[in-house]
Amino acid sequence: MPPSASSDLTLSVNGEKYTLTVDHRTTLLDALRERLDLTGTKKGCDQGQCGACTVLVDGRRSVSCLQLAVAAEGREITTIEGVAEGERLHPVQQAFLDLDGFQCGYCTPGQICSAIAVIEEHAAGWPSAATGDVRPEAGPPPLTPEEIRERMSGNLCRCGAYVSIVQAVARAAEQKGAAA
Amino acid sequence: MTTATRDSVGTAHTRVEGRDKVTGAARYAAEVPFAELAHGWLVLSTVARGRVRSVETEAVLAMPGVLAVLHHHNAPRVDTDYVGLLGVPPDLTVALFQHDRVAHRGWPVALVVAETSEQAREAAESLVVHYEEEPHDVAFCAERQTEAYTRDSHAPAVVRKGDLEAQLAASAVVVDAEYTTPEEHHNPMEPHAATARWEGGRLEVVDSNQGTTWVAGELASLFSLDPASVRVRSEHVGGGFGSKGVRAHQVAAVMAATVLQRPVRVVMTRRQMFSLAGYRSPTAQRVRLGADADGRLRALEHQSLNQTSTVYEFVEPGAAASRAMYAADAHHTVNRLVRLDVPSPTWMRAPGEAPGSFALESALDELAERCGIDPIELRVRNEPAAGPVSGLPFSSRNLVACFEEGARRFGWSGRDPRPGARREGRWLIGTGTAAASFPAGVMPSTAAVTAEADGTFTVRINAADIGTGARTALTLVAADALGVPTDRVRVRIGDSDFGPAMIAGGSMGTRSWAWAVTAAAGELRQSLAPGAEIPPEGITVRSDTAEAVGALAQKERHSFGAQFAEVAVDPATGEVRVRRMLGIFAAGRIVNPLTARNQLVGGMIWGISMALHEEAVRDRASGGLYGADLAGYHVAAHADIPHIEADWVDDPDPDDPVGIKGIGEVGMVGAAAAVANAVWHATGVRHRNLPIRPDRVLMAGGDA
Ligand code: FES
Ligand code: FES
Repeated sequence: MPPSASSDLTLSVNGEKYTLTVDHRTTLLDALRERLDLTGTKKGCDQGQCGACTVLVDGRRSVSCLQLAVAAEGREITTIEGVAEGERLHPVQQAFLDLDGFQCGYCTPGQICSAIAVIEEHAAGWPSAATGDVRPEAGPPPLTPEEIRERMSGNLCRCGAYVSIVQAVARAAEQKGAAA
Repeated sequence: MTTATRDSVGTAHTRVEGRDKVTGAARYAAEVPFAELAHGWLVLSTVARGRVRSVETEAVLAMPGVLAVLHHHNAPRVDTDYVGLLGVPPDLTVALFQHDRVAHRGWPVALVVAETSEQAREAAESLVVHYEEEPHDVAFCAERQTEAYTRDSHAPAVVRKGDLEAQLAASAVVVDAEYTTPEEHHNPMEPHAATARWEGGRLEVVDSNQGTTWVAGELASLFSLDPASVRVRSEHVGGGFGSKGVRAHQVAAVMAATVLQRPVRVVMTRRQMFSLAGYRSPTAQRVRLGADADGRLRALEHQSLNQTSTVYEFVEPGAAASRAMYAADAHHTVNRLVRLDVPSPTWMRAPGEAPGSFALESALDELAERCGIDPIELRVRNEPAAGPVSGLPFSSRNLVACFEEGARRFGWSGRDPRPGARREGRWLIGTGTAAASFPAGVMPSTAAVTAEADGTFTVRINAADIGTGARTALTLVAADALGVPTDRVRVRIGDSDFGPAMIAGGSMGTRSWAWAVTAAAGELRQSLAPGAEIPPEGITVRSDTAEAVGALAQKERHSFGAQFAEVAVDPATGEVRVRRMLGIFAAGRIVNPLTARNQLVGGMIWGISMALHEEAVRDRASGGLYGADLAGYHVAAHADIPHIEADWVDDPDPDDPVGIKGIGEVGMVGAAAAVANAVWHATGVRHRNLPIRPDRVLMAGGDA
């Protein structure tokens, strides 16, 4: 290995700063799981095809297996371990729990992180492929089941918990709308 | 303690480990920390048949962090001359590095172990292996029938009743059709992962599997160890679907931990899973149905061919699915296999029934069309009073009740039977139905239930919760058997030290474990005198259901179901969309409606995925798969799946202490046929080859 094969860096994860030396080949996903012991973020494919490793980077969803840890310095990373408020679950987590939005649970952290971002993206007026009218003046489309399915399609669930996941995302979005 | 009877079984309960799973606290096999952990990376063959001439280890051993390279010259020896828990010899794919032969492309030829996974991966990818390549043969097709042979598996290969040809000759209507299903891969979201270490003279393995009794037993046999000196744990498992038994990763981890005397973790990559984790063999099937003009069956023939590897004989019993479904004067069912230079197939959700029901239930739909009878009425007319071949009574058979309830809820009665009659804009709309069934079995298990001094109860059973909700179901079962609320019961699973128990497989897990838990909890409840002091170590009662299970009378024992699907087909693009789906099941007593519904719907989604998406294509030139990953192999995603409903009719098993039958596979059975039958109804074209890809719809001419 050439002498410059690793670097010292500081990662900001769930509001905490971690200083560590990482091999340049280390992905953000492996840094979280193997170095910071934040194993809630899952590795389903390690090649950007399943969404199990989804985290929030500066508030936007992102597959952590496709980024190098060294490129994540200076970004605010939120993982599944950081979405609840202390003992109080995030509304998306609570809805997944109450409506059984999972079976084995392995895709779940990724689904939940993705869903949190979906609700934000929708509220911000971002259209999706399922949006009928994308003119800015049309305003945000209603977050229908079709919209949720389209926007969540980067997160595979082999157990096939899709029906209850969509219900959970809809419930959490509704609550957010009610609370706003 | 209270002795009031409670009704936890049958009441919706969120998963007891649910909070851990939604917060990321639940640790799966590759996530349990170990000090001094080393990482192993498997190296797979790049040829499909031949011999390993040399493994150039020197350069790799000089790479940073590399600790060892195991291969056929230096790996520990294993013993493969045994029969495991499930009554079968091992798949020799797990006898890693024992000789120089390569049996298929993706055959494990070496393991590189290093301090970090990055180092192990780069070294593994740098390892040069030279081969003596030999011509290979991976071409599976119906014509291979001629060189195929039969082999009895858990079911006999051939079953005959009556004079098939005479009955076919006497039939007013004959349907004779061939069906194919492709190679399909389980792809649980959590890749196979194991960490092995030696600790105080015992081998400890933290693994992701469907039964630690099973895997511990296999590892003990392979490495010639006293079974008591092997402990396998598997607390949270990210899906299995039949693929998570003993596999290359555990064996490699044990070998490396033995050689290096430190903990070693081996995780399969997603791409490696396509070679090492097993899969469902492609099938080529032929169904011949002979019937009177009113649809009454005289003859039912079902033949199914599957491939297997050169190192293991695996039968995908597609035709066995037809033995208990319909009355007919003559029955003939046969499963055959052909050996090719391919990886070993294995059980995959609804083995046999999933592909078999696609053929049989599609053929029934063709017969209904030919006879001009409603498909549901056709099935009602052919309801058997007893096992059609065995003559044994059914423990319970509520298939007709499922169709009646399903037809009512789906709105089947107003259906125009003519194909291609309904159009909405660019879409042709059709509806289809199919029957489902899966054997309801039970296997011996042991359990221990402890009354703790603080008034709570601890259940220890070597169950596996691979997403089925078994941990929660057993909590409800134990609570009822003890007569206490569920919050006083703690269920611990996934540890081979808890004693032998059935695996999570064959739709038999929850039933087998619940029986053992009920027996131990019931006896404990009896033995506890009201108000008696419980000593600090608690009072423990153990159960073993071997005798009770062995005493069960021979019957036809199955779960049943009726599947309904509505599809929209765009004849211009060939796109098929499932618009809604309903499944009504008669599957024993439902322990936890919340998780059961989820699991049944999950099975139906597997059926949609099988009908429309899944297909692993083997390249005849290289012997490997095209696009062996989740981009090249599409499993149903959110946008593919509409709202789906699953429900059930009352159908408690009279011979089970809790009334359970099993729901893991039946949700998938018949689902692909219901979709294919709906596509016919929409377009007038029969699709007998899965998946129903857009190009197939276009080539067939969708605009009937
Ligand atoms: S692990 Fe990152 S997308 Fe699959
Ligand atoms: S819950 Fe198992 S993969 Fe989604």
